[in-house]
Amino acid sequence: MMRRLAITLAFIVVACGTEPATAERLVVSLSNHRVAVTSNFVGEELVLFGTIEPNPITSPLRPPYDLVITVTGPRQTLRTRRKQRMLGIWVNVDSREFVSVPSYLAVLSNRPVSNIANQDTLRRLQVGLDNFLLPQRIGADVADTVRDDPFRRAFVRLQTQQGLYRESGTAVTFLTPTVFRAAIPMPAAVPTGSYGINVELFAGGILVARTNSALEVIKTGFEQYVADAARDHGLLYGMATALMALLIGWFASVVFARD
Amino acid sequence: MQIYLPIADLPVNVFLVLGMGLAVGYISGMFGIGGGFLMTPLLIFIGISPAVAVATVSSHIAASSFTGAISYWRKRALDIALAMMLLSAGIVGTATGVWLFTELRALDQLDLMIGLSYVTLLTIVGGMMIYESVRAVMRTRRGMPATLRRPGSHTWLHGLPFKLRFKRSKIYVSAIPVWAIGFVIGFVGAIMGIGGGFLLVPMLIYFLRVPTATVIGTSMVLTLITMASATVMHAATNHLVDAVLALILMIGGVIGAQFGARTGQKMRGERLRLLLGLLVFAVGLRFAYALVVQPDDLFSLRYVRGG
Repeated sequence: MMRRLAITLAFIVVACGTEPATAERLVVSLSNHRVAVTSNFVGEELVLFGTIEPNPITSPLRPPYDLVITVTGPRQTLRTRRKQRMLGIWVNVDSREFVSVPSYLAVLSNRPVSNIANQDTLRRLQVGLDNFLLPQRIGADVADTVRDDPFRRAFVRLQTQQGLYRESGTAVTFLTPTVFRAAIPMPAAVPTGSYGINVELFAGGILVARTNSALEVIKTGFEQYVADAARDHGLLYGMATALMALLIGWFASVVFARD
Repeated sequence: MQIYLPIADLPVNVFLVLGMGLAVGYISGMFGIGGGFLMTPLLIFIGISPAVAVATVSSHIAASSFTGAISYWRKRALDIALAMMLLSAGIVGTATGVWLFTELRALDQLDLMIGLSYVTLLTIVGGMMIYESVRAVMRTRRGMPATLRRPGSHTWLHGLPFKLRFKRSKIYVSAIPVWAIGFVIGFVGAIMGIGGGFLLVPMLIYFLRVPTATVIGTSMVLTLITMASATVMHAATNHLVDAVLALILMIGGVIGAQFGARTGQKMRGERLRLLLGLLVFAVGLRFAYALVVQPDDLFSLRYVRGG
């Protein structure tokens, strides 16, 4: 608890310490704030539009700009396990727990983040998959490791293979020097819950403006009904499912007994 | 056509799942087994989490074995008395198995234990069945009866006390091996997440000399009751039974089981046993392969909790 508090405090300190100069203001709009997971959900692509406005209105703009959008899904704790050969068979010998990490993490930008700002800035702002804070439980401590840590690399790689983590240097397009458009991919296996969208504007390698948005992934209709029933009325739900099994079994034998 | 599964939390192709249900249902109807040892790995293969797969498969097996049991009941090819006797010990076995399952999970080596028990059990049982049935097939080739009913075929098991007569199966055996078999099936089923039909059928044939005619129907009655109660227990405790997935699997499963039961009754007992032996052995080898060969990825992820 204290550690989590410490991490949160560290976040706040970082956020305050880098409060950007206010010559620019970001205005963004998301195509849809609510992704509904229905029975035919196979993934969706959300579109975020935005403009860069002078703030105050008289201050000059200073293009070219760079834009990084970081989308984070609901937090969850996952364990990364490593196999090793023991007595001829492959056994999980070692594991690390990743504590309260985003279930979905997309870093979308108009060019590769490593070209947008220097490594120190990116690290401090947690921009890019390599720089995002992914705390691991190591013994009694909870801390992020160096980015070359094999467990961290494996974790990011496995999540990327699932389509849940991604970094794209082409997902943001500048339509004019101050108007941009970004595509946020939501894969079919996207976890339900609240998502945070962090939009950061860079000019000449320095963070100049930022804004936030949010979206929600929810189950609707029949899916929601079934999921709720399973969670809230487990016993009844189980008996209904078992009864359904018996009915279908009986029905099939009646249908097939005719011929 | 894709459909989103509400508990498994992912979309699947309806026709793929329906086809899997049909295929496994056919095999289960033919051999009188639940088919859990085939269906669970298949579901995991298409991306469903092992916990949801195990929980959901139990309801699918319940449907398949109910329709199978009805069809055997119509042909008077099942022994209710024997099934009830096995069940009374099976419940105790299941409870013991669930307890050990929880203990093993705490040690974080459950996957390995499941893998090893699949390999050991499936290759040994499969190997024994192949050996026995090949010999039986050879005997029929030479014009001799497939099963020899000579006095020597009575083992020491038949000398035990508390003898009971099961009229339908035409056997007269001690209650001790019947209870022991029921216990083992319940125990192994809970540990490995399977109905245990593929173990029960050979055990009944080899240890109790239950005739092939009633063994399948009897096994189905037992599987039906254990799997229906497993569905309720899984749903009540872990909330992992996906009713939508179960429904698709059931529809495929019951249709497949009907055709399978017909094919099974047309085939000669020793041929049937040889085929089942080969199938069980092959699945055992597949698990052995997975343990021995270097995996594509040495790392794997496991969901611990939300937040």
